[in-house]
Amino acid sequence: MASITIQSITKTFGTVPVLNDIDLSIADGEFVVLVGPSGCGKSTLLRMIAGLEDITAGEIRIDDRRINEVAPKDRDIAMVFQSYALYPHMTVADNMSYSLKLRKTAREKITDAIGAAAGKLGLDPLLERRPKALSGGQRQRVAMGRAIVRHPKAFLFDEPLSNLDARLREQMRAEIKRLHKSIGATSVYVTHDQIEAMTLADRIVAMHGGIIQQVGNPLDLYDRPANLFVAGFIGSPAMNFVEGHCRAGAIETDDGSKIAVPDGVHLKDGQAVTVGVRPEHVRIVAGPEAGSYAARVDLVEPTGFGTIVHVRLLGQDLKIYTLERGAAEVGQPLHIALDGARLHIFDRETTNRIG
Amino acid sequence: MTRKRIVLTVLHRLAVLAYVAFALFPLFWLLKVSVTPTSLLYTEGIRLWPSQASLEHYRFVLTHSSFPTFFLNSTIVSGATAVIVTIVASLAGYAMSRFVFRGKYWIVGLLLLTQMFPLVMLIAPMFKMLSPLGLTNSLTGLVIVYVAFNVPFATFLMQSFFDGIPKDLEDAAMIDGATRFTAFRQIVLPLTLPGIAATLGFVFTAAWSELLFALMLISGNQATTFPVGLLSFVSKFSVDFGQMMAAGVLALIPACLFFLLIQRYLVQGLTAGAVKG
Ligand SMILES: Nc1ncnc2c1ncn2[C@@H]1O[C@H](COP(=O)(O)OP(=O)(O)O)[C@@H](O)[C@H]1O
Ligand SMILES: [Mg+2]
Repeated sequence: MASITIQSITKTFGTVPVLNDIDLSIADGEFVVLVGPSGCGKSTLLRMIAGLEDITAGEIRIDDRRINEVAPKDRDIAMVFQSYALYPHMTVADNMSYSLKLRKTAREKITDAIGAAAGKLGLDPLLERRPKALSGGQRQRVAMGRAIVRHPKAFLFDEPLSNLDARLREQMRAEIKRLHKSIGATSVYVTHDQIEAMTLADRIVAMHGGIIQQVGNPLDLYDRPANLFVAGFIGSPAMNFVEGHCRAGAIETDDGSKIAVPDGVHLKDGQAVTVGVRPEHVRIVAGPEAGSYAARVDLVEPTGFGTIVHVRLLGQDLKIYTLERGAAEVGQPLHIALDGARLHIFDRETTNRIG
Repeated sequence: MTRKRIVLTVLHRLAVLAYVAFALFPLFWLLKVSVTPTSLLYTEGIRLWPSQASLEHYRFVLTHSSFPTFFLNSTIVSGATAVIVTIVASLAGYAMSRFVFRGKYWIVGLLLLTQMFPLVMLIAPMFKMLSPLGLTNSLTGLVIVYVAFNVPFATFLMQSFFDGIPKDLEDAAMIDGATRFTAFRQIVLPLTLPGIAATLGFVFTAAWSELLFALMLISGNQATTFPVGLLSFVSKFSVDFGQMMAAGVLALIPACLFFLLIQRYLVQGLTAGAVKG
């Protein structure tokens, strides 16, 4: 068990900068998820913690011990790879015991550790098989088992569920969470899937372009995204964005409609802003009321539990997420109200949140 | 199956059969001549099998010629060359496959460059260099030359096999507690066995049948290899085909044994199941 401190970490491949001045403290036992689009440097950061990539500048500490120069094998961490990276010429049991054998653990202890891990993950009937005789889900479990037999200081996961089908992914996601609850080890989990991030994380680190965009607990990121990137990345269906300018105490959109400035938000006259509103915070109202808009239904996407209704409004395609079935049909006129308290206002120049 | 498919399959099989016959016929002829008594060699020249077969040539080659020595020499030289080249090429190929290092581009270029010259050009300088070192007329000298000439290609060959092994496996091993060398030895090498077998086989055969350098660098029976030895059946006025062919058949045996030994590893697919599914 350990804390991990990442201080002013920078990484360049040749002359290409990949990570820029990353600072992050991970507490003992915390489950931190690095999330961001493909290519933003998540894996690189994780591999630097593991010792698989050199650190260009900055410092990484595990439990206050600087590990920049420490070989991966001496960092006492375990990692689950997206590709699983099971040793093809070894049985499941040998795959799991490899790390213990390298550490010259006594044979009885190895047997016990494998028994315990296999029990936790339901691998008992598979122990004598080779990886090629396993299904994708089983391989994933073996990769997890290989990580947990050793009781390392920290677990690193690099998109461990990406190669599974949707159902299995959901199941393993819950299992990983349960495992973390029972083992309680410090974990760093990389994913590009914001649902995985939301459901698993104690704390989410949203990354984009080699820079940390926001760090916070999942609901923080959902309720108060720090900038346009986080606002657009977290949440599904994605947040609606409407561009406008502040004019005479209201926000005037490019097509001439007006949006009231939420309470407590101060804008300069003429300031260029982007208004964000989540589809679930757009209401369909019975008739015209103060601050409502008239629109026409463009497209209806039922998702089973709810329905995504697309309308043309404020000069663009606006999504509404409603739990009411049959609330709208294509071509039907609608009245729509935005929930003033749940608008997100961003400065268009800096892309940062204003309120 | 439709009629057309059957006809196509039959044609395909026939074509393959014809090719196999074409490829094997010289070997068959080798065998045939080796068991034909000298008296019948010219009178029954174009018969597929002589009216009377005998092992007299084999007996002569094994008991009255230096061929047993030649075989031994060839075995030593080819075996040593194959083993040394494979070890060097494995290490070099691994570095080529996994590491970025200064001058890599130039080293690859140089390795390629060495493959571009006709060997005949290099014989004189080779001889000049080896002779003061006392390495002409010696098996060691031959091994050194063969190793030098086989390492570049073998390195590229091994590199391509290492390229086929996912890097994640070594990363996983290193996180599991292995040093890079342990990961190489315990994880990568076992998965590269087919590649190693192929390289061993390739180099062994190349050294086994090498004539040019063996001819130029060796004089005197004690260090002669078998391809050079074959030439001793060619005299100014005649060629003793029967004995030559018998020696040729015998020379096939070690190569066949060698491939029999390594063929188990030549099967691919050992890496299946390493990553994804
Ligand atoms: N070994 C490498 N050499 C050069 N560039 C690399 C290397 N590894 C990753 N990169 C680059 O670094 C960036 C971040 O990669 P990565 O950390 O794998 O992203 P992510 O995991 O977030 O998808 C990408 O643009 C990628 O092309
Ligand atoms: Mg990645």
